Amino acid sequence: MNRDFWNAFASNRGALVGLAILVVVVLMAIFADVLYPRSPWSMVTAPFQPPLSDDVLLGSDTLGRDIAAGVVHGSRVSLLIGLISSLVALFIGVTLGALAGYFGGWVDDAIMRFTELFQTIPNFVLAVVLVAIFTPSIYSLVAAIAIVSWPPLARLARGEFLSLRSREFVLAAVTTGQSTPRIILREILPNSLSPIIVAASLTVATAILLESALSFLGLGDPNMMSWGYQIGAARTVLRQAWWMSFFPGIAILITVLAINLVGEGLNDALNPKLARKGRGR
Amino acid sequence: MMKSVGAQSHGNPASGRSWWAGATCAGLLAVGGVLVPALAAADEPRQGGTLNVILDPEPPMLILGLNQQSPTQVVATKIYESLLRYDFDLEPMPSLAREWEISDDGLTYTFHLQEGVTWHDGEPFTSHDVVFTATEFLPETHPRASSNFRQLEDVTAPDDHTVEFHLDEAYPAFILAFEVASFPIMPAHIYEGTDYNDNEMNDHPIGTGPFKYERWSRGDYVHLVANEDYWQEGKPHVDEIYFRLIPDAASRALALETEQVDISSYNNIEPFDVPRLEQLPHLEVVTEGYEIAAPLTWIEINHRVEPMDDPRFRQAMMYALDREFIRDNIFMGLGRIPTGPINSVTIEYSDDVHIYEHDPDRAVELMEEMGLERDGNGNFAQIEMLPLPYGETFIRLSEYIRESLGQVGIDVRLRSTDSAGWAQRVADWEYEITNNFVYQYGHPALGVSRTYICDNIRQGVLFTNTMGYCNERVDELFAEAAVENDEERRAAMYEEVQQILVDELPVLWLLEMEFPTIVNTRVRNHTTSAGGVADTFADLWIDE
Repeated sequence: MNRDFWNAFASNRGALVGLAILVVVVLMAIFADVLYPRSPWSMVTAPFQPPLSDDVLLGSDTLGRDIAAGVVHGSRVSLLIGLISSLVALFIGVTLGALAGYFGGWVDDAIMRFTELFQTIPNFVLAVVLVAIFTPSIYSLVAAIAIVSWPPLARLARGEFLSLRSREFVLAAVTTGQSTPRIILREILPNSLSPIIVAASLTVATAILLESALSFLGLGDPNMMSWGYQIGAARTVLRQAWWMSFFPGIAILITVLAINLVGEGLNDALNPKLARKGRGR
Repeated sequence: MMKSVGAQSHGNPASGRSWWAGATCAGLLAVGGVLVPALAAADEPRQGGTLNVILDPEPPMLILGLNQQSPTQVVATKIYESLLRYDFDLEPMPSLAREWEISDDGLTYTFHLQEGVTWHDGEPFTSHDVVFTATEFLPETHPRASSNFRQLEDVTAPDDHTVEFHLDEAYPAFILAFEVASFPIMPAHIYEGTDYNDNEMNDHPIGTGPFKYERWSRGDYVHLVANEDYWQEGKPHVDEIYFRLIPDAASRALALETEQVDISSYNNIEPFDVPRLEQLPHLEVVTEGYEIAAPLTWIEINHRVEPMDDPRFRQAMMYALDREFIRDNIFMGLGRIPTGPINSVTIEYSDDVHIYEHDPDRAVELMEEMGLERDGNGNFAQIEMLPLPYGETFIRLSEYIRESLGQVGIDVRLRSTDSAGWAQRVADWEYEITNNFVYQYGHPALGVSRTYICDNIRQGVLFTNTMGYCNERVDELFAEAAVENDEERRAAMYEEVQQILVDELPVLWLLEMEFPTIVNTRVRNHTTSAGGVADTFADLWIDE
């Protein structure tokens, strides 16, 4: 099973490249303090140093902070917020979706209307409002991103549960008198996980983009260096100092692209039939 | 001027050569314009043309007596006038008053008004309008009237063109209270006996100024046209002014760059855009014209929070900061390093005070002297800072402060707020440190003492003594100096109070901010007084 999974995953070249990049980014986040022991906020050199200057590889920003240190430390915030908020979104989405799909009827109606309520409000606008209300900090960012990210996951989980609910093995479980939580958690959930995992991996990418966009607007945690913050702070001098926004921008681009590639690879590996159908078209 | 140059060129061959050199030079400057008119234009005002001015944000109204925010001032100072204007050293100049005398005891101010002045609706302007404005209109509507007029006993009009102000005690700052935003003269025939805030003419300002209100297209522009009956013969020079509302900072810079607008003022353009715009050949940057505003920015400190109640800790913070770095890299060179509470362009400024150089070692010494000890992370203290939510510049400033204080062992955490949240927290004393800046209005009695005196510790009111600093000697000195008519004694008192404040550091003065007025070079005579862009523009003209 594992071998099949890996082979299917590896047959997608893009996914391998994505995975390699992702590993590098994760290593960067883990070893940030080793690579750049000083705070990324510390002003280490003269302001406006271009890339390849003596002491700063990627140049310095308007206050003389090392761009490279910011990019390395920024990976922590991006990955952390991306992962945690996706996990929270996954938890909310799957719970509500599972309940709606399994029970159907008025429970389904109620939960889906509630979900639609969130889906009708544009994601980003809602996130901005939430962060602004709860004052920007890493916690409010995670909460806001999770709150705007769960509805698609809920709909997906509901669809899976709806279709699996009437399958023989579920009916068998019901007739043998298994408890409802057990049926949901042990019978249906494991069988519906593949598409949810794929969707969740893409949610991570969206979450990183959301965090960057919020930080760009100055709604990030003011005490944590992040890529979005770097670009936001540098946009005022975009025409004088391209490097200040370029490198963090590249970091966001590559990371999000890598996660998308990995997500596609997971899709190939976990849903072989779907994937083949997709290619055949 | 053209004629005189021409005459010289006929006079002798040598000056003939210089005529050509000068003409070529002027031609280049005027970007290939016709040579002779370009030369002529160097001094002689040209009549006509349309001036475009950046306006941001949109003012709530244009009635200067009811609202004095800077965008209101930028427009309404063309419509309304006051008795006096002030030069760059804050010496009074004539406006609606052609002459004035102050009695030796400093108790009577007599103003002789210009004759033949009419309001924009044709009614004559008389001393009655001045008396009405001073005794009825402004005391009810102007937030600074109580300090400007605090020694005012009564105002009389011996005849139609003379006004006398009688004070109960000498108040030398009073001569500065006739600046147009402090004392805009309002038409008595329109407002007398009405509800000022609800007057139907509030949509259509009527003044005596060189420009008349024409149209306000909300969200788009305010249009003023020249007043043909203006009391100064031959002025104004331009036919009309459009104040363009451009809410986005990048678009404002672009509008200047592409010559869609001619002038920006105050903080229309963020400091980081100024160096780039300054390099463009068709733009010039002027920092004069804000001597009345004289903004001073500082780190505001809540003295109710330990260890910031100890002056030595505040001194340590001051020593930890490199204010030259702040000026050069955050405010892009726009400003001067302050020595104390009074801006160097404000009256009664003294530099005979202790000077705080950037000295991190001294900062550490002071904190050790206080008996503070470093915790596990090497920090003497932890404080929270509210960045002033007025754009990127102040965010960068907060980040700089966090790093600089961090280097001497003061751990600063930033806490973001929006501007309403900031105002509420600072006014209610729910902060530890923040940035703030305040205008000084030319005189310490008008715009400085309010920040430091015990009487002005008022919870819930912004721009008061929100730090909770209290030194009775400071109160005494400010109170006595304000009503001291003797120049020398007054100067000595203000000097002493500056020395005390600089030693005790109620706040940490960071920068005497300079606002850039960025102007298209074809616009002449735009800044002729301490009011700068918030002056009448009667002398302004546009070169082609």
